Amino acid sequence: MLVSNSSGAGVDVLAELKERALALVDRLENSDYPGATEMIRRLNEARDRSIYHEVGKLTRGLHEAIVNFQIDTGRGIETEKMSQMANAQERLDYVINLTQKSADKTMDMVEQGIPVAAELGESARQLRADWQRLARREMSAEEFRSLYQQIDSFLGKTDAASGNLGATFSEILLAQDFQDLSGQVIKKVIMLVKEVEERLVDLMRMAGQVEELTGIFRAPEAVEKPAADVVPEGPQIKAGQRTDVVSGQDQVDDLLSSLGF
Amino acid sequence: MKILIVDDFSTMRRIIKNLLRDLGFTNTSEADDGNSALPMLQNGNFDFLVTDWNMPGMTGIDLLKAVRADEKLKTLPVLMVTAEAKRDQIIEAAQAGVNGYVVKPFTAAVLKEKIDKIFERVNAG
Repeated sequence: MLVSNSSGAGVDVLAELKERALALVDRLENSDYPGATEMIRRLNEARDRSIYHEVGKLTRGLHEAIVNFQIDTGRGIETEKMSQMANAQERLDYVINLTQKSADKTMDMVEQGIPVAAELGESARQLRADWQRLARREMSAEEFRSLYQQIDSFLGKTDAASGNLGATFSEILLAQDFQDLSGQVIKKVIMLVKEVEERLVDLMRMAGQVEELTGIFRAPEAVEKPAADVVPEGPQIKAGQRTDVVSGQDQVDDLLSSLGF
Repeated sequence: MKILIVDDFSTMRRIIKNLLRDLGFTNTSEADDGNSALPMLQNGNFDFLVTDWNMPGMTGIDLLKAVRADEKLKTLPVLMVTAEAKRDQIIEAAQAGVNGYVVKPFTAAVLKEKIDKIFERVNAG
């Protein structure tokens, strides 16, 4: 049974085949064997013609996809521009590089800022100890004069450190610009992937029609579960919706302790 | 204590290195996959291995199995730090002899807790 596609080709072929089959039966009933043979030839010819038609559509579909995605088949098709697939790969490489640079920059800034804050804290602690000695009147006049200067110096240091840390935080903020840029690039790749999927589905449909016409019957392919080997999937995006995945360290710990590990 | 950090992303290696340094572990080395890590372990007198799962070349689970199969290395404490969160994988790692399993993203507190726990057991056993 031919499925009628949008152009109605299937329906036309059926009608034509039916018409010729009836004519064949008619010839046979009239014992017109040459006429019957001719009808059989015409039946085959109608069928062949429709096969060529569907195969032609499939080939054209493939050609369009190749041109559309600028795939380099090495057979004289316009190859000046790189294929969209290669382009997508480049874009994703770009995202990796961008995020890497941002992460490095941020960590550099953090590593620079941490000692500044730590040192300031240390100075404050020392100063405070001295200040408390003063409060307990354990300080000589000489030491008090020195403390006087230490306080001034500490206040200056705090001022400078504050400026330094402020600038550091600013740089860290700016380094987050990767999100915007990589987001845009990734969106484009998502669009490309969707397009490729749509094309493949179209092509598969066309191929299906060719198969039906030629009488090829393909047994439905069973969905195979991967055998013993567990396939790594990378970070889980929808852990909450799956039962075979944990969604946090607590669940990992629970799982392991429930098994005695 | 000498620690080997294995992950194919340098950003993650750096984060772990810094966290370990904050916990007082300053003697760390790095490798970017199992194939380069194994010889380092065999020649290097490491006391602890921290590894990711997904890496090109040799994966973390294969590295773990190789370590457990090596006479000199089989008692080396191993902590997996990975984005892999399927139950089957966690079980597979536990059965292969991993000492701790941390899923990404993780916190400094979790990392410290798992390391402490591993060394409690090592010292007790």
